[in-house]
Amino acid sequence: MANNYEFTPEDLKEIETIKAKFPEVMPATLPTLWVAQRRFGHVEPEVQHLVAETLGLPVSHVHGVATFYTQYYKEKMGKYVLDVCTTTSCQLCGGYDMLHYLENKLGIKAGETTKDGMFSIQSVECLGACGYAPMMQITNDVYVNNLTEEKLDEVIESLKADKMPEFESVGMPQHTERS
Amino acid sequence: MSFDWKSYTPVIIPDIPNLHEIDVYTNNGGYESLKKVLSNDWDPEKVINEVKAANIRGRGGAGFNAGLKWSFMPKPDGGPRYLACNGDESEPGTFKDRKIFEYNPHLFIEGALIAAYAMQCSAIYVYIRGEYYSWIKMMEKALKDAYDKGFIGKNILGSGFDVEFHVTGGAGAYICGEETSMLESLEGKRGYPRVKPPFPAQKGLWGRPTTINNIETLSCVPLVIKNGADWFTGIGAETHPGPVLYGISGHVNRPGVYELPTGMPILTLIEEVAGGMRNGKKLKGIIPGGSSTPILRGDALEGVNMDADSLREAGSMMGTAGMIVMDEDTDMVEMLWRISHFYHHESCGQCTPCREGTGWLEKILLKIRNGDGEIRDLELLIDLCSQMEGRTICALADAAAWPVRYTIDRFRDEFEARCKKSTYALA
Repeated sequence: MANNYEFTPEDLKEIETIKAKFPEVMPATLPTLWVAQRRFGHVEPEVQHLVAETLGLPVSHVHGVATFYTQYYKEKMGKYVLDVCTTTSCQLCGGYDMLHYLENKLGIKAGETTKDGMFSIQSVECLGACGYAPMMQITNDVYVNNLTEEKLDEVIESLKADKMPEFESVGMPQHTERS
Repeated sequence: MSFDWKSYTPVIIPDIPNLHEIDVYTNNGGYESLKKVLSNDWDPEKVINEVKAANIRGRGGAGFNAGLKWSFMPKPDGGPRYLACNGDESEPGTFKDRKIFEYNPHLFIEGALIAAYAMQCSAIYVYIRGEYYSWIKMMEKALKDAYDKGFIGKNILGSGFDVEFHVTGGAGAYICGEETSMLESLEGKRGYPRVKPPFPAQKGLWGRPTTINNIETLSCVPLVIKNGADWFTGIGAETHPGPVLYGISGHVNRPGVYELPTGMPILTLIEEVAGGMRNGKKLKGIIPGGSSTPILRGDALEGVNMDADSLREAGSMMGTAGMIVMDEDTDMVEMLWRISHFYHHESCGQCTPCREGTGWLEKILLKIRNGDGEIRDLELLIDLCSQMEGRTICALADAAAWPVRYTIDRFRDEFEARCKKSTYALA
């Protein structure tokens, strides 16, 4: 089957490095899907075919894996995917308010993408940042902590200018308390 | 227990700037424990016995003695053996292991290397949840540095001990924190938990003997080797000793991760350590160790400490020590519905009682939340819990059932108030 997607030589090199970590090929499935998603922005069925072909694994296996894990995008998404956490600690600290603020601001509902293809919004399960609630993750990458409406405004402006927020290290309050 | 928490000096995440850099770590005594065990007088059995004596109870939630777990590995037969480090950290309320990846990754690496030596493993995998992309990168850097310095690889520090160490990431699945599901995911498959027995120590990764430990658990190991098991058992609660990373979140003034001894009074953690309740509100309840552990009422916390025994007596569990604090304005029906939504979303679908049960729990709670519930629905929920608990391959069904069972039990008036009066006679 002709495939519109192709890995670059760098991608293939990275996939070889991944394969070398394991005694078998199959364990490279998840990391290779990641390489593909970071390259193409999603893992649509055609990309799953490419991954299967590259690894020499059945397409059914790759499809099974891609559909089990929520972080793989099975269809095209916005350029920036805003994953707003709404699980318990975030729920308690206003996660849904942040989600609804974003929905109103961008004129879409969770699960949708803006017409210009810039933003998708998702309401997601616990991202492991409970002490810094409410929070969101941008396109499976940077965490943005302690969200407020003002902070969301800033982040959206910055993303519109194609600038990802920087990684934000949250210190240990114990250390600052003691010093 | 009156304990001056400010006088405690953290050891898992000490207050040393740039400790994540390997040179800073080694300048502060890092990798000395590894050197100690790789020197001639520490055979693997001696390491296991020391760790067993320290009674490091697994920090991932199960609370099982780590050294004892190590001792379940069969005798080496010349084939590969694995240590799989669980950095999936997906139980809501838990956000502690990422602090180790960020602030003291080499302590964890050193602990994993000592564990691998003790169990004579040929390779170590650390599995980190896919969302922690930033922290996966940090671990990759730390591992590379440790390779470059000769702490990992062939003939480590001239001892003749060889081990490989790899980091790999998940891709968004709570269930992969369950140890056998994590193995499936590591093998590149859907994360379906395995039927036990055989236990991973018999048949783990690629059918070979494997032990799975939590990141924080392994990070305690170099400290035990350095200071001795007696030092470790002298910290915190007698039956559940050692330093522990408490993750405190929810309605408190100063949420975050705090390293303190086990057995801390819950009220001290809330009122002093975490700076008290936000906006001067009253405490309504807490979930002590991740969302699956039974909720405790705020008015029943006097004298309850964060250790396995005290929490069991109070009717809950230590779990991951990720404590979620709720104030008087918290809507328990709304809160519980969201937890049930989580477990329904995360059920892998393998076992019927869980796949169907989690969905029904959520549906019925949604009905009650929307004002359409009846009091008999509360009995139905409890009955459903009984049909789920202990009837599945892994503990996700139990994790989904416990919050429902105990939140309704402990805040029953609030649930009844949301229900319509039943037109049916109560059983």
